[in-house]
Amino acid sequence: MSTETKVNPKSNLEKVLTGGHFAFTGELGPPRGTDAQEVKEKARFLKGNVDSVNITDNQTAVVRMSSWAASLLILEEGLEPNYQMVCRDRNRLAMQADILGGAALGIKNMLCLSGDHQQFGDHPDAKGVFDIDSIQLIAMVKQMRDEGKFLSGGEIEHPPGMFIGAASNPFAEPFEWRVDRLAKKIEAGADFIQTQCIYNMDRFREFIHVANEEGLTDQVYILAGVTPMKSIGMARYMKSKVPGMDVPDEIIDRLKGVEKKKVADEGIRIACEQIEEFKEMKGVHGVHMMAIEWEHKVPEIAERAGVLPRPGL
Amino acid sequence: MIVANRKPFAEIKEMLEGYTKVLNVGCGTCVSVCLTGGEKEVEILNTELEMARRLDDNPIDIHGHTIERQCDREYLAELDEKIAEGEFDALMSMACGVGIQFLAERYPDIPTFPAVDTSGLAVNQAVGWYEERCRSCSQCVLGFTGGICPITLCAKGLLNGPCGGTNMGNCEISNDQPCAWFRIYERLKGQDRLDAIKSINVSRGWKDQSPRDLLQPGYKKPESMAK
Ligand code: SF4
Ligand code: SF4
Repeated sequence: MSTETKVNPKSNLEKVLTGGHFAFTGELGPPRGTDAQEVKEKARFLKGNVDSVNITDNQTAVVRMSSWAASLLILEEGLEPNYQMVCRDRNRLAMQADILGGAALGIKNMLCLSGDHQQFGDHPDAKGVFDIDSIQLIAMVKQMRDEGKFLSGGEIEHPPGMFIGAASNPFAEPFEWRVDRLAKKIEAGADFIQTQCIYNMDRFREFIHVANEEGLTDQVYILAGVTPMKSIGMARYMKSKVPGMDVPDEIIDRLKGVEKKKVADEGIRIACEQIEEFKEMKGVHGVHMMAIEWEHKVPEIAERAGVLPRPGL
Repeated sequence: MIVANRKPFAEIKEMLEGYTKVLNVGCGTCVSVCLTGGEKEVEILNTELEMARRLDDNPIDIHGHTIERQCDREYLAELDEKIAEGEFDALMSMACGVGIQFLAERYPDIPTFPAVDTSGLAVNQAVGWYEERCRSCSQCVLGFTGGICPITLCAKGLLNGPCGGTNMGNCEISNDQPCAWFRIYERLKGQDRLDAIKSINVSRGWKDQSPRDLLQPGYKKPESMAK
């Protein structure tokens, strides 16, 4: 590995997006234990079907194998990680240390998030850190990358190259603020955006319309979040229990309208229809497929959604 | 004002295990207003303790005394005589953490125990209901947040607007907790001042992470106390 060059090679995801291809990214939750094999098995289903894989960071505030370690495991499998980092668990020193370490290990994308509140997780009495927030984290990674400086202003000898991602939830109130917050994330330095799972297509169209009007979609790549419903129970849970999630009744009705055996298939069909629409939607540059604990279905979904083969760049 | 909550009785009882002559000192200021540590509460706790210890066949001689302000030397002085002659083997305080520390400092040879958990700077919302409003962070942002404190009222202490978890104007942690940033947004919109939160609020210094003191301009620390 060359240590001389300051120009870091682009990530695959960045190449796909800058090359004008419709991106397709996946997600993988690390295990609650030390089984590397489990990570590698899940990765197998994603390989060749997605451009990059989000590795969640203590998702829903539950302790799991660290995101950078699982990222490394999938790198070894020939997949590209999108390293997620939340503000809940680390202060700015730990974050910068992990960014340097991650970059040194070959991580080239990262997604900057606030993180779910610790109250939800398996250690509700934990002290939430939130030293900086997600927008400040984006700005920090950008400063590290583009100026070669730590947040304190100190020089970084070999700055990390990162394709910087952020999340957007078009459905949480106040709605008017959602586009403003997107603008803030772009201003802070986000290169790409992955949205919350989309079920309310009307509201999403409205969101993208405003983002287009304001010229934001020319400044950032937007990947629409899709999670196929596996069951009616899951749809109900998402509707009532997951904060910031907007599941219209028509989705639930549609799942209820098919035979029990065929509910999951109908969930995939809905997802594929969404993807077809996203492909044509101005301002949407790809799809982020969050098939939660359903990694083995991704090959089928990718096939049915017509996003294969992936451009191998 | 400062608010505090009485500790569970079992915890208080356990702290005092082994002490037989105790003075419970209440405070007439904040903790009195929030119905935690004033004269009446001192009396109630003392009665409870006496009864419990009698049942245990381990009687306690517990006295109560409530002073105007436990965080003020001037008022603490009136305890000197009582404590000197009473030969208490322990002190207990129902004041806030500041008052308790001051009491402990004045009588450093006697163990001092807190009977309350101090929980913050709060406002009186209704009788018996107090809501925390400030974490005394030493770098007040209320100017651009429409007078609503995100450090205290946003569960994540965010500085750049509502997170993705806001739920119909409530915080992701609970439907009983309004989302601070939703309220900030609404208030600023009403004032036509949304620009105040549109620009990026850069990372800040947490000045409340090391011991702080405040010395007003033109004043200096008395020689005798300067560290
Ligand atoms: S920002 Fe909040 S915590 Fe800090 S001083 Fe102001 S009101 Fe108190
Ligand atoms: S929902 Fe609102 S109050 Fe709760 S953490 Fe998010 S921004 Fe803060």
